[in-house]
Amino acid sequence: MNAQAELSRPGAAPGARSFNDAGVRLGKAILRNRKATIGLALLLLITFVALFPGLIAPYDPHAAIFDQQIGPSSGHILGTTQVGEDVFSQLIYGTRLTLIITVVVGAITTIVAVLIGVTAAYIGGMADGTLSLLTDIFLIVPTLPLLIVLSTYLEGSGTVAIIAVLCLTGWAFGARQLRSQALSIRNKDFLESARVRGERRPYIILVEILPNMLSLVVANFLGSAVYTVATAAGLQFLGLGNSGEITWGTMLHFAQQNGALESGNVFWALAPGAAVALLGTSFALLNYAFDEITNPALRPARRRRGKSPA
Amino acid sequence: MRFVIKRLGLFLVTLWAAMTINFLIPRLMPGNEATAVLAQFKGVNPAALHALQVEFGVGLDQNPILTYIQYMGNCLTGQFGLTAARVPVMTVIMQGLPWTLGLVGVTTVIAFVAGTVLGMISAWRRGGSLDSLLSPFLFILTTFPVFFIGLILLYVFGVALNWFPLASNYSIGTNPSFTLEFVWDIISHATLPALTLVVTTAGGWIYTMRNNMVTTLSEDYVRMARAKGLPSWRIMVDYSARNAILPNLTGFAMQLGFVLGGSILVEYTFSYPGLGYLFFTGTTNHDLPLQGALFLFYTLAVLVCVLVADFATAVLDPRTRDA
Repeated sequence: MNAQAELSRPGAAPGARSFNDAGVRLGKAILRNRKATIGLALLLLITFVALFPGLIAPYDPHAAIFDQQIGPSSGHILGTTQVGEDVFSQLIYGTRLTLIITVVVGAITTIVAVLIGVTAAYIGGMADGTLSLLTDIFLIVPTLPLLIVLSTYLEGSGTVAIIAVLCLTGWAFGARQLRSQALSIRNKDFLESARVRGERRPYIILVEILPNMLSLVVANFLGSAVYTVATAAGLQFLGLGNSGEITWGTMLHFAQQNGALESGNVFWALAPGAAVALLGTSFALLNYAFDEITNPALRPARRRRGKSPA
Repeated sequence: MRFVIKRLGLFLVTLWAAMTINFLIPRLMPGNEATAVLAQFKGVNPAALHALQVEFGVGLDQNPILTYIQYMGNCLTGQFGLTAARVPVMTVIMQGLPWTLGLVGVTTVIAFVAGTVLGMISAWRRGGSLDSLLSPFLFILTTFPVFFIGLILLYVFGVALNWFPLASNYSIGTNPSFTLEFVWDIISHATLPALTLVVTTAGGWIYTMRNNMVTTLSEDYVRMARAKGLPSWRIMVDYSARNAILPNLTGFAMQLGFVLGGSILVEYTFSYPGLGYLFFTGTTNHDLPLQGALFLFYTLAVLVCVLVADFATAVLDPRTRDA
């Protein structure tokens, strides 16, 4: 279908697309793909909760005024914490900060990945060598140990610090992917024609190369978001977040520290965990769908046996 | 050969970079966390104190370049000073190491083998029940936070069904020995942490293996094999899977960093006293010496695996040798 849409546009240079066309194509593709639709619906739901927590949560998430650490009841459907806060209200109010961290880190790492990956591929030579080496180093150095060491020094400095360390450690995978994609199109005719026209490098990278990589950039953002949801929650779970702020990860930390599972207060631990999983899944479904949209060979086959090559 | 030298170079550069990062972090971070921590070490053995002063750059009145060289020397000879409890860092690490090595090693091998085989079959029977149900399900599981899976398993099999112990590596009061009873005790303690790691990593192998297989299945040599009338399993294993597995092998090493990160969270969830649990206690005790050494250990582990995977790729795939 995408090929058709492209063919039916007279006058478009082969291979060259603008941001607008690419955006419309992606939008249509999302609506046609079931995984993408479900993922998008979940994400919208979570965004709504993040925007209007007051509409859903019954209590103030910080109000430590109830019986301490009681299991689920009609008044507190997910129970209460060790100091007597309502777990459900915390879950609802924790959505906002969790989502903010995810989206901001996803966006920043993607931008850094684009800058480093595409620049390395397009300029080549020494610059490529240096940037690729830097990318390789950050890819190999294990992320969570590095994050833990960094966070210990930044303990208590809050959301900005967590975002900063997650960005510092999370860009490398995307940079490598984007670099190889950019390498594969750097010698295409439409770029040659832009060079002949005398366009400057930033223009060529931003206006000519980037729109043609838009689907990969979006996929990169989604992949980074999936990774960030789990990693941020993991850090907070270990007690490295700002414990004064309510996120799903810090909720998990307090639940684990107070033996929520063993003491019958199961949902205190499982509900924030499930919420983290749900947010991760919504991004992952979108990402999975994007793989199928951008690589037609991976679309679900109708036949039971792939006798003939796809 | 050039390939091997190039990868060996990357190994050394990354190792140097990790050591340098570890050297720079205490010096560049805002606040005086390191000073506060080092203040607790008054009156301990001078050699250990000096190692700590070199690592964190506190209380030293000497040329920074000299300090850097001393630090590198200390790292390479394994002198990381003392933990907050004033035990040599290396002693503590060596106690935790076997547990993590066993847990991560066994689970990674299981997940890799199972994932690769399932991915192979999934691609071969494309659109079948394995391909359309199990594989996507396991892939979605990989995006779940590893500790969430851990908490669910802990609750279901530990708390609710009471099939497995809730924490630790062996029962308190049992004597470590090579009896059947003790080995079983260790296995039953390790089952849930191991299951958590397998469940959260197998999906990734299935996914990449399947997608690689889909590509190789449409190659001409596979059509040729079909035309020759070879049995299906030979086409599947010898022709298609054999070529599809190479990228998985490269991914193996990359995945390991991810698995090691996951093992930290799993060990914390199950209070399993390996290196990951040490990492956690290090954070609560502000045990910077322990953390720094552990960071270097994890990096070294990943680096060694990357190198081994690179060599294996070079042996298996002649194309990479002259790349």
